[in-house]
Amino acid sequence: MKKTPLYDLHVALGGQMVEFAGYSMPVRYSSEKIEHMAVRSAAGLFDVSHMGEIFLTGPKACDAADLVMTNDVGKADQGQAVYGVMLNDKAGIVDDIVAYKFASDKILLCVNASNREKDFAWIKKIVREVYSENEVLVEDLSDEYAQIALQGPKAASILSEIVSHDLAAIGKFRFFEGDLKVGESNLKAIVARTGYTGEDGFEIFLAPRDATVVWNELLKRGSSLGLISCGLSARDTLRLEAGMCLYGNDIDDATSPLEAGLSWVVKWDKKVPFYGRAGLALQKERGISRKLVGITLSDRNIARAGYEISDDDGNVVGKVTSGTISPFLGIPIAMAYVKKPFAEVGSKVYVDIRRNKIEAVVTKLPFYKRAQGL
Amino acid sequence: MEKIPANLRYSKEHEWALAEGDIVKIGITDHAQSQLGDVVFIELPEAGKEIHREKVFGVVESVKAVSDLFAPVSGEVIAVNMEILEKPEGLNGSPYGAWLIQVRPKDPEELAKLMDAAQYEHYLKELSK
Repeated sequence: MKKTPLYDLHVALGGQMVEFAGYSMPVRYSSEKIEHMAVRSAAGLFDVSHMGEIFLTGPKACDAADLVMTNDVGKADQGQAVYGVMLNDKAGIVDDIVAYKFASDKILLCVNASNREKDFAWIKKIVREVYSENEVLVEDLSDEYAQIALQGPKAASILSEIVSHDLAAIGKFRFFEGDLKVGESNLKAIVARTGYTGEDGFEIFLAPRDATVVWNELLKRGSSLGLISCGLSARDTLRLEAGMCLYGNDIDDATSPLEAGLSWVVKWDKKVPFYGRAGLALQKERGISRKLVGITLSDRNIARAGYEISDDDGNVVGKVTSGTISPFLGIPIAMAYVKKPFAEVGSKVYVDIRRNKIEAVVTKLPFYKRAQGL
Repeated sequence: MEKIPANLRYSKEHEWALAEGDIVKIGITDHAQSQLGDVVFIELPEAGKEIHREKVFGVVESVKAVSDLFAPVSGEVIAVNMEILEKPEGLNGSPYGAWLIQVRPKDPEELAKLMDAAQYEHYLKELSK
């Protein structure tokens, strides 16, 4: 099993280590509920070093990024990050990714850890069909980066103590290359105002050797404001409350962005059309038969991934893809694919929980939206 | 990790059993609660139901996952811990203090088939390898 540069620190901090995407990662340090609520009310630190970093460089880097993913990287500003998906020929999602545009000749694609090898091979394949190595280079530099996510309403004030830039000037989905001041050292980092929790926050890309000192420095500076270390379990419940998809659960090679409610990241008329456009256009023309929706249940009836969904007459009309009890809302929440007639907000469906049909209501996503600000 | 109490017996599915007179109290181990994370809901059989050794008798829901409870011994349920049903987080706080059900064992000899504390400790070490 692979270890991130923060492995020893996680163990020292009492993190309970589990296998995730081939890495030994902390699932929680104490209680996921406490960690979850810390991010909603103050701040949390996450090790996301397992995420992959694939770079496109060269004169056609930006065009190649637009070929690779559905959202419009060409239109983005320098220093802007763009969320999108990569598609296969059948409108299925190869991965959901974030493209960081440093310049039109340098793009960083941040990919899911579980898909790193698949994505790298896929990106090389489709880029090489169009562009030469002189035009764009595709490199997997994942091992050269650690990644720390600092998330929550207090994240900016904590990070501002050690960062070289004025964070007030860094909007949502913007990033910069700067220095983190720890003791006498100035440590190089890419700091992005992005995240996977539904809160304001930052994702910090840095050299593996710097990860531990930066983590400790942030904890030291932030603990009086309520900052704590958080594990994968809190990360999962936070993203689910925020209505964000998890690859492998809510989206995969057989689900399309139209079905997954990700039409907003599909730009049909950009300068360089995305790979898989024809397949997706065909699906759009024919119409989709199922949609990813949010559902809520009553009491303590927790719908889990894989549970079947049925209608009044007992016909199977869908399947749960992610589910938990929402630590913030205190009710069971889930995401599920349901047949289109049942996708309207307010539709009544039933989830099969241990052979009992439990009533559930289709609910608008996200389940949780922060009140204001970035 | 909490110390493994010497007076209990243990199953491979991380339940504990405690003989008290002619009844057996059943709960889950510290290892089990720490694997589950924050427990939010427990489903248990009613008094009067039969449970069967190594078969599912209930369910624990945590924030992260749902897990079956396996009976360490067979017998008739004679009491259910209503307090832990009301406050399931008690399983995280005190796994060895919080019994789930009490049963009248069908075959008292079954208890001897479970692991003792030393064997269970060894078993956990093997699992973590």
